[in-house]
Amino acid sequence: MDFALSEEQELLASTLRRYLDEECPITRVRELVADAAGNDGGTWKALCELGIAGLLIPEEFGGSELGLLDAAVAAECLAWGGAPAPFLGTAVMAPVALCEAGSPEQRARWLPGLASGSTRVGVAANELASRRDGAGVEVRDGRLHGTALMVEGGPDANFFLVPTEAGTRLAWVDAQADGVTCKRLTTIDRTRGFAELHFDATPVADWLGGEGGARRATQRMLDAGRVILAADILGASERTLELAVAYAMQRKQFERIIGSFQAVKHMCAEMVAELEPARSLVWYAAHAFDHVPEEATVTALHAKAHLSEIGPFIVRTATEVHGGIGFTDEQNLHYWFKRVGVDRQLLGAPEALREQAAREQGWIE
Amino acid sequence: MDLSYGPEYEAFRAEVRAFIAAHKDKAPRAGRGVTAGKAHKAVREWQGLLIENGYAARNIPKQYGGYGAPVDILKRVIIEEEFNSAGVSRGVGGQGPEMLVPTLLEHGTEEQKQRYIGPTIRGEMIWCQGYSEPGSGSDLASVQTRAVADGDDFLLTGQKIWTTTAHESQMMFGLFRTEAEASKHAGLSYLLVPMDTPGIEVRPLETMTGDTEFNEVFFTEARVPQTSIVGQRGEGWKIANATLTHERNMLASAAVLDGGLRNLVRLMEKERVNGGRVMDSPVLRDRLLRLQSRVMAMKYHSMRMLTARLKGEFPGVSALVTKLTGCEVSHQLNALGIDALGELGTLYEGSPRERDGGRWQSQHMFTLGLIIGGGTAQIQKNIISERGLGMPREPKPQARA
Ligand SMILES: Cc1cc2nc3c(=O)[nH]c(=O)nc-3n(C[C@H](O)[C@H](O)[C@H](O)COP(=O)(O)OP(=O)(O)OC[C@H]3O[C@@H](n4cnc5c(N)ncnc54)[C@H](O)[C@@H]3O)c2cc1C
Repeated sequence: MDFALSEEQELLASTLRRYLDEECPITRVRELVADAAGNDGGTWKALCELGIAGLLIPEEFGGSELGLLDAAVAAECLAWGGAPAPFLGTAVMAPVALCEAGSPEQRARWLPGLASGSTRVGVAANELASRRDGAGVEVRDGRLHGTALMVEGGPDANFFLVPTEAGTRLAWVDAQADGVTCKRLTTIDRTRGFAELHFDATPVADWLGGEGGARRATQRMLDAGRVILAADILGASERTLELAVAYAMQRKQFERIIGSFQAVKHMCAEMVAELEPARSLVWYAAHAFDHVPEEATVTALHAKAHLSEIGPFIVRTATEVHGGIGFTDEQNLHYWFKRVGVDRQLLGAPEALREQAAREQGWIE
Repeated sequence: MDLSYGPEYEAFRAEVRAFIAAHKDKAPRAGRGVTAGKAHKAVREWQGLLIENGYAARNIPKQYGGYGAPVDILKRVIIEEEFNSAGVSRGVGGQGPEMLVPTLLEHGTEEQKQRYIGPTIRGEMIWCQGYSEPGSGSDLASVQTRAVADGDDFLLTGQKIWTTTAHESQMMFGLFRTEAEASKHAGLSYLLVPMDTPGIEVRPLETMTGDTEFNEVFFTEARVPQTSIVGQRGEGWKIANATLTHERNMLASAAVLDGGLRNLVRLMEKERVNGGRVMDSPVLRDRLLRLQSRVMAMKYHSMRMLTARLKGEFPGVSALVTKLTGCEVSHQLNALGIDALGELGTLYEGSPRERDGGRWQSQHMFTLGLIIGGGTAQIQKNIISERGLGMPREPKPQARA
């Protein structure tokens, strides 16, 4: 048995962290996200040059044909850096859906653009987990009608991937097509863009998986997305833990470093005691996605649900270790706090995911 | 124990209800409501009406501008309940009325009471609390900002930080080091400082919520008369601690918890997802009811603490836990508000589809600030275990051999 990252995965992580640390530290992220229009100052382009967009795409289409664990490692690093990158939809969910359900022609048409980073996709999957009254997209006469909320990467996407009819059909839609309106939503997390989409008799560029044949692709796409969100929470919480420990070693009160108080040490110890087993869970869920198919859905649900519980605990505790300065804008700690807050709610909140996991395991109807 | 609401109290409740029904359209809406050292006109007028009828500053003596009623816990509770359930403003609050006024009543000179209490309770004078400094947070007694005697005056030099509303305040009450030679705790005095004194500069700090609630305040030989002192020179630590006790009660106010719970119930009844009401989700509803237990416990806890205080008793460890537990419950109420909204609960800053003005998010963060402010949760736990349970202090690290 060898339950560890490979040398290549370690290298990917250190390359990404070094890049983010040097070229896109949180002080730079701060400047970038102050621009409400979502200009990322070339960050996504530079990340694509490092191969981020093509991790899950077959080599023949310009990708590096790696697995979800590699993508999870990348997601963790991106969140660690607080990077403004449309990784979830564009680099994970869309490629997974295309690889699973796309015909050879469809793959050849769309995967090269995804691998190079020139194609950006907003995946309208929110309603599969959480449908508000009046939201949801339906098909009439082969065209899309309706509303999709909370589309990650939506404001800057040139294509949308829209599951319809309870996830049995997957529509690939040009963002410029007739009848598409894309409205930017503002969340607490300024590092990623979200949109609300309206479709009014919008034509579909491609149906992936044909009529009704996309159920499995939709499930795979959701499993992958949930693992990646879990990895995102992992990276963001890990960063706040690192910052908290560093601060505790330097800040003095009562003529001693605060890290010498048991109360502070125990806060740090509790954070890491939650974080490290959770890291193993994320790795296993990512591994299962590619290699243990019968466990893929349940582990993805658990990874996302569990990280959504411990992540908020860690970012909150790390803020407490900082005292008053942790509550300020200028300390920047809140970028990770807010990122975790948004991740928790995406593609299903923890209670709903656990319910789903019980169903998957046949414990309830 | 006597908690019966006899006929006198039922009559009083009817009076309060009638007042609210007759006047509630004059009540200001929620919000900060402060400009340039004063509460907004609408808030001040409302506060005037409340004081006149005994629904604010109820037990503050008439000669200082209060209503001057004898203390009656049940009546206070009734007022609180009725205003809360009607969702009507309780008038002017904050650090002035809730922290400084009780401190002045206990320790102020007659002249200070005459001069400050009236305008403060009427919302004409806004106060900020100048305790924390960059190097002195949990270790508050180590404050370094000096007050050097110069003739009849003190000259103030140094820096405060995290000073809530300093940018909107007319006055500061704060801790300053007057006795350079004395030991850490014995060298401090409690001073009242006009914020427009030359030599004072205020720099707002943005918080993680995106608002600017607190500030840095810089002092460069700012001159205030020695008569601005409350109590004696060197007594500042004792007096500041009295104020902090009031602050801790304010931060964990049971009325605020109760109001938060009501809003949460409304939200969960109204909000719908996957074709049903959020209230119909058994897991979220269970979380709501667990919080309701805790809010009820805190409400009756505050009645018990109030009773003890009014009898002049110190209720011991039970009083020391109020801030720790109350702030935690408050934080969790807001966390559930966000979860009840799910993905829409992440929306902020006026986004389309945002609910309740993004308040669940901003309050979730703000209540984390309250867990830290006014003495962090860890410091509260030290106080509870050491002063409340009589456990020994953590040993100082051993000097290296
Ligand atoms: C929203 C908000 C509003 C505020 N408003 C005001 C105001 O109006 N006026 C004012 O004067 N101040 C105000 N403060 C400041 C507040 O009182 C301090 O932030 C608080 O006392 C902590 O001090 P610090 O920030 O320096 O943190 P530190 O004291 O540096 O604490 C850092 C960490 O070390 C821990 N720690 C420190 N000492 C010990 C110990 N002995 N044992 C165990 N753990 C320890 C703390 O618990 C914390 O986790 C406000 C703060 C906030 C967040």
